[in-house]
Amino acid sequence: MALLELERISAQYPGAPTPVLADINLSLGPRQLLVALGPSGSGKTSLLNLIAGFVAPSGGRITLDGAPVQGPGAERGVVFQDDALLPWQDVLGNVAFGLELAGVPRAQREAKAREMLALVDLAGFGERRVWQLSGGQKQRVGLARALAADPRVLLMDEPFGALDAFTREQMQELLLQVWQRTAKPVFLITHDIEEAVFLATELVLLAPNPGRVVERLQLDFGQRYAAGESARAIKSDPRFIETREHVLARVFSQRQESA
Amino acid sequence: MSSIELPATAKRPPRTPPVVKTRKPLPTRWISALTLASLLLVWWLVTAAGWIEPLFLPSPADILAKGWTLLTQGYMDASLWQHLGASLGRIGLALLAATLTAIPVGIAIGYNRVARGVLDPLIEFYRPIPPLAYLPLIVIWCGIGELSKVLLIYLAIFAPIAIATATGVRTVDPAKLRAAQSLGASKIQLIRHVILPSALPDILTGIRIGLGVGWSTLVAAELIAATSGLGFMVQSAAQFLVTDVVVLGILLIALIAFALEMGLRALQRKLVPWHGQSH
Repeated sequence: MALLELERISAQYPGAPTPVLADINLSLGPRQLLVALGPSGSGKTSLLNLIAGFVAPSGGRITLDGAPVQGPGAERGVVFQDDALLPWQDVLGNVAFGLELAGVPRAQREAKAREMLALVDLAGFGERRVWQLSGGQKQRVGLARALAADPRVLLMDEPFGALDAFTREQMQELLLQVWQRTAKPVFLITHDIEEAVFLATELVLLAPNPGRVVERLQLDFGQRYAAGESARAIKSDPRFIETREHVLARVFSQRQESA
Repeated sequence: MSSIELPATAKRPPRTPPVVKTRKPLPTRWISALTLASLLLVWWLVTAAGWIEPLFLPSPADILAKGWTLLTQGYMDASLWQHLGASLGRIGLALLAATLTAIPVGIAIGYNRVARGVLDPLIEFYRPIPPLAYLPLIVIWCGIGELSKVLLIYLAIFAPIAIATATGVRTVDPAKLRAAQSLGASKIQLIRHVILPSALPDILTGIRIGLGVGWSTLVAAELIAATSGLGFMVQSAAQFLVTDVVVLGILLIALIAFALEMGLRALQRKLVPWHGQSH
């Protein structure tokens, strides 16, 4: 099973006085859903870009199963904030794209793509054009595309940030179901506190200037949902509300410090 | 009591909802068609009334008759089809060569820093020169055969396609590139599966612009140095004051340019249906 490790990671843009990220240590193992929560400017997206390999760290080591991460690769699947689907392919083509790049024959990759579409509740949408989909459907296609390439870890960059509140809740529940079924480690970044508390098995709270981890919480609400409890029951559980308020207080206290 | 009248409203005929006169606005296409039709009418009127000498402006009927003669008998040892074929063959050959070379060059300029440094100034240097200004030099180098004409048109078409392709490549959505990279795309696969399709709308626009420039260059080049082609036909007819052939030639040149433009627009709609869709 996959193990992603970040050791003493720092990142700095050339010419910037303070680093974007300083001394980040994280590890993400099987059956984990690690959520990084922080205000804008706390380096959430930079952190994801480092793990995905789009940007190289200025210090520290990122390893996946012991092998250092060098550049982007298919073993780390990414779901983007703005779906980043390819409009010249239909939905099936998009989901099968990773397999096509890997040279998998058409029949085989399309079968796999249909399976992934069914996993995200979009069976029968394969022949649609990308621009005929709603925002939530596009994000589900993005998730199916990342999963079809069978990555060892799944990275999600504020995947539900652009969706309306109702769709967002549906997507969170869908993600938990998919996470439960595929058993892949997920690293997700968000600025939505309730989303973070609901989904995370481990929640890291980031603070800006420089981006650093200020708190780590082990949570089990997502696992409870995956085990069959209803989302509304979890979200109205006093313990959930207490955790949410605690995290909210931490975020606001940082705001006042930095202001 | 019977004198008490019922409220007047009860006796009024039931109110019909106010009829809003919805006049359908004239479609733009119809306005354009009407413009052309009135122009034709004015042309016919001034020639039929004898207000203008046929030497200056022949009547539409004369032009049509001349067109038939040209089709059946030809002009200057070549039928109209041969003139037409010569012109279309030249631009077709030049367009094919330009498309095959300008797209890779444009991709290189947009994708690679060194290629941009080498090729960009070269293209930007020759692009603003009117092709007719360097035609004499091409004639000195390559003679007055087909090669020099095709080369001239090729150069005229090359720059717009290369520049449009480079622009298209540079404006590829970085998120799409990253998405493909995170799915394991190699550099070649990125170009083939992401960059080329992303740039396709720009490339097709470049081809449209290039074809427009190429067509005007072709006709101009044929006016100067050729023994066949629509430009040659117009030029030699002018020397003998055969005005109907001149007008016919000009109309044909316009018609072909229009057909090329419409054809490419249709191609653009077919090849890049996602263009202009919010996605």
